[in-house]
Amino acid sequence: MNLLDSILVSLEGLTANKMRSALTMLGVIIGVSAVITMLAIGRGASQKTINQIQRMGTNVLVVMAGQTRQGAVRGGIGSVQSLTLEDAEAIAQKCPAVLKTEPEVSRNAQVKYHDQNTNTTILGTTPDFPSVRNFSVQEGKFFTERDVVEQKRVAVIGSTTAGNLFGKDSAVGKSILVRGIPFDVVGLLTTKGAGGPFGNPDDQIIIPITTAMKRVFGMLYVRMIGAEARSMDLTVEATKEMTAVLRKRHRLAQGTDDDFMIRNQAEFIEMVAQASQVFTLLLAGIASVSLLVGGIGIMNIMLVSVTERTREIGIRMAMGARRLDIQLQFLVEAMVLSLLGGTLGVLLGVVGSWVLARMTGWNALVSPSSILLSFGFAAIVGVFFGFYPARQASRLDPIEALRYE
Amino acid sequence: MIVVTNLHRTYHMGDVSVHALGGVSVEIAAGEFVAITGPSGSGKSTFMNILGCLDRPTEGRYLLDGREVSNLSDDQLAEVRNRKIGFVFQTFNLIPRRAAYRQVMLPLLYNPGATNVEQKAKEALERVGLGDRMYHKPNELSGGQQQRVAIARALVNDPVIILGDEPTGNLDTHTSMEIMAIFRDLHAAGKTVVIVTHEVDIAHHAQRIIGFRDGHIVSDERVEEPVDARSELATMPVEETT
Repeated sequence: MNLLDSILVSLEGLTANKMRSALTMLGVIIGVSAVITMLAIGRGASQKTINQIQRMGTNVLVVMAGQTRQGAVRGGIGSVQSLTLEDAEAIAQKCPAVLKTEPEVSRNAQVKYHDQNTNTTILGTTPDFPSVRNFSVQEGKFFTERDVVEQKRVAVIGSTTAGNLFGKDSAVGKSILVRGIPFDVVGLLTTKGAGGPFGNPDDQIIIPITTAMKRVFGMLYVRMIGAEARSMDLTVEATKEMTAVLRKRHRLAQGTDDDFMIRNQAEFIEMVAQASQVFTLLLAGIASVSLLVGGIGIMNIMLVSVTERTREIGIRMAMGARRLDIQLQFLVEAMVLSLLGGTLGVLLGVVGSWVLARMTGWNALVSPSSILLSFGFAAIVGVFFGFYPARQASRLDPIEALRYE
Repeated sequence: MIVVTNLHRTYHMGDVSVHALGGVSVEIAAGEFVAITGPSGSGKSTFMNILGCLDRPTEGRYLLDGREVSNLSDDQLAEVRNRKIGFVFQTFNLIPRRAAYRQVMLPLLYNPGATNVEQKAKEALERVGLGDRMYHKPNELSGGQQQRVAIARALVNDPVIILGDEPTGNLDTHTSMEIMAIFRDLHAAGKTVVIVTHEVDIAHHAQRIIGFRDGHIVSDERVEEPVDARSELATMPVEETT
C-alpha cells in the first residue's frame, strides 16, 4: 500500500467520525496557534524595546555606579555611590573618543500646577542631555550652562507630563511646584513615543543637575553619566579611556575591581533581547503544554479507533497487510490529524496574533521560524502520540481480530 | 497443492494445554472442491486458520503450492495470504462505508506488483454477477450480495486456493444456494476451493468431504454425486431476491 493510498484511507477513517476528528484536531489547533501567538507577542515586545533603545542614540555609553564587594559578597549595581559631576567633566575633557557627557540624577516627586498635580520623574542633567540622548525641544528652549552654574529653577517638560498638568494649554512660561519649590517651565520636549523598560521618556521633568542635587534632593553623587562617543566605531575605545580616567580619579589600586560599570547601547540591546527571549520562551513553553495535551488527545482517539476497528485490522491482515502496513495506516491517520490541526492552528495563530495586536495595541511579530517550529512540533506530536496506538494495532493477532465483535 | 503432514496445534491457556489439532495429515490436489465438516471444537476452524496462513502449526509440515509455509515469519505469511489465498468468511467481513469495488481492491493494494487495480476489481465483481452494484456500500447490499462482494475480493488477486469459513452460515437457503453456485463455477473454472461447514447439505456440494473430530480427521470421502446448486436453484420456488 503506497503513501497516497494510506492518506486516502486515513482521511476516510477521519471523515467517518467528523465530530470526533474535529474535536481531536481542536486540541492541536489551539496548541499550535497558542505557540505562534505567544512567540509573536514576545518577539514583538522585544523588537519594540530594541527600536526604542536605538531611538535613544546608538553611540551612547552609560557609566553607572558599580558594585560593592566585601570578601566574596557582591552588592547590587548602584550599591555604592561613586560618580560625581566632576567625573562627568573629566571624561568629557580627557577622553578623546568621547564627544560629550551628561551626568544624570533622577527621583520621582510630586509636581503641582494650580489644582493639577502629578507624580513624575525629576531628571537632573546638563545642557548636553538632548544631544547625547537624542531629545529635541519642540517649544521654548532647553536650559543653558549658565542655568546649571547658577542653579536656576528652570524646567523642561515632557509632553505627557505637560498634558497631565496643563491640559491643552501651552506649557512654556508656566510656573510649577516641584516638591513645593517653584520652577519656570522654559521648554517642551518633542514626543518620543511611550513604553519600554526605562520608563516613559515623555513623562519626565528635566531640570539643571546642580539645582536637582543641591536645592531639590540634596544629593552628593550622580546616578549615572551618559557619554556620546564620536562614532559607533569608537565606543570600545571610549570605554577604555573612560575606565582609565575613572580608575585614576577614584584612586583604584591595580588589581582591584572597578567601582563603576560602563555599558554601551549594543550591550543594552543584547541584554534586553536576552531578557525578552527568556520571557518569550516561557510563554511558548506554557503554550506548548496545550499542544502536548492536544497530542494526548490524538493518542486517546487513536487508541479508541484501533479498538473500534479491530475487525477491519483483522480483515486487512487476512487480505495480506503486513504489520508494517497496519502500523503505517494508523500512524498516517495520526499524522493527518496533527498536520491538518497544525495547518489550521498556524492560520488561527497568524490571524489571532494580528487580532490581539489590534485589540491591545501590543506589537506582535509572527516569524516564519515560529510557524515552522510549531508546525514541526505538531508533526512530532502526531508521530509520537500516534506511534503507540499504531503499534498496538499492528500487533493484533489476525485470528483474534477477525473474531472481534 | 496442499500437503499437510502430522499437523499439531496446541494452545496454552494458563497451565492448561488444549490440543486443537493432534496430528493431521492430508493432501488436497489442485482443482479439488473440498468441504471440511465437524462439530464445534473438532479442530476444523484451527485447521482452516493454518491452511489460510493466519496461524502457524505447533508441529508438523505444511506445503502450500510447493512451498513450506509452517515456519514463515509474520510478514512472509502476510505475503502468502495476499498472493495465494482468497478468504470468504461467514460474516462477510467487509469494511464499513466503502463502495463494493473498493472492497474488492483491498488485496491488490497490498500487492505492490498489482496493476490496473480498479479495472481488476470491477471485473471480479462482474464475475460474481454484481456488475450493477459496484458503487454500493455494504449497508446498501443484501447478505447474499455482500457475500458475493467478499467472493470477488477473494478472487481478485488470482489466488491458488479459495478458503470459505462457513460461507453460507449467515444466509437463507436460497441465497446459500446462489453462493454455492458461485463456488461451483469457480471450481469448474479450475480453482481449488476448500470450505468449512457444519451443514451436511452444504458439504455435499463438494467433491470430497473431510470430517474432523477432537483434532483428528475421522473421515475422508469422495462424494459420488455432488449437489448441483444451479439445477437446485432452478427447481426452487422463485423468490424475490434483492
